[in-house]
Amino acid sequence: MAITVRIPTPLRRLANGQGEVTVEAKNIKELIDALESAYPGFKERLVDENGELRRFVNLYLNDEDIRFLKGIDTELKDGDTLSIVPAIAGGF
Amino acid sequence: MFDFTEEQIKRYARHIILPEVGGVGQKKISQAKILVIGAGGLGSPAIYYLAAAGVGTLGIVDFDKVDYSNLQRQIIHTEDRVGMPKVESAAMTVKALNKDVNVITYNTMINKDNVMDIIKDYDIILDGTDNFPTRFLINDACYFLGKKLVSAAMLRFEGQITVFNYEDKENSPCYRCLFPEPPPPGLVPTCQEAGILGSIGGIMGAIQATEALKLVIGCGEPLIGKLLIMDALSMDFRKVNLRKDKSCPLCGENAHIKELIEYEQTCDVHF
Repeated sequence: MAITVRIPTPLRRLANGQGEVTVEAKNIKELIDALESAYPGFKERLVDENGELRRFVNLYLNDEDIRFLKGIDTELKDGDTLSIVPAIAGGF
Repeated sequence: MFDFTEEQIKRYARHIILPEVGGVGQKKISQAKILVIGAGGLGSPAIYYLAAAGVGTLGIVDFDKVDYSNLQRQIIHTEDRVGMPKVESAAMTVKALNKDVNVITYNTMINKDNVMDIIKDYDIILDGTDNFPTRFLINDACYFLGKKLVSAAMLRFEGQITVFNYEDKENSPCYRCLFPEPPPPGLVPTCQEAGILGSIGGIMGAIQATEALKLVIGCGEPLIGKLLIMDALSMDFRKVNLRKDKSCPLCGENAHIKELIEYEQTCDVHF
């Protein structure tokens, strides 16, 4: 399944500056591993040592938070878009 | 019938002519009490537009002074006010723009001891602060007092905005449903790494003002249960759904946060 992943600006340096990348994965867990192998550094930012999603980064499959779907076991289908949305605090 | 002066009818004509606003809506705006926390990149445009719209009572909170490095984006301040408290500078701009607005300034840092007192008299709170501990504090205080909170944040070329309606706690998700607690230091971009394109504040702050005015007037669909994410590099605006989290520590079924928590400031570098 070709999945489009939208990368927020704070994490783009991990993806050579790209705002959007495409990876092959059947579920979120696979997608995180695929991201990590293509762009090392992503995994530790998305999940903790136990493989649980970090609580200050949310992943949205299309427009739904995957925590309200099946978490990292959420299945993916061709053409899905996954958005990485980290907590940001700037009001500057 | 609305007790507007001729000058006010002229001033607000472009509002009053809108069917969604009309005289009734403009009257509501003139009676609204809105608090803007942070007179910086987000607060500047938000305060400007709320003042221009004729918001009756406009509270402004900031502890900082105007610095040269602020002027790239904090458009409510000017060169000759460098060194002046930001709330004072913001109040000067508001008064010069619209004498109808009653400006109340709070030249203080929001903390556990003063937050409830400061926000209790306002209907709508705009969060334009620049750190997680303060954002969590404002959120929890708004939740406990049942206020409407228009929360925006930005970084580099990106912005996020949503509305939490704590007048309807049963149905509205809260900030902690989105992010249960502040991130630990080191795992999100540090202050030193961060930067911001000045005009991003203009976009996000203007959306904050728009959402606040919609709430006052009672028109349209506010961003309640929706998070709007803006990426200015691709100029892409996306909305995702925010759901009420049953396990939320503040509003969930077994919520354990019953009083205000003051988290440690993890970054003391000011922009």
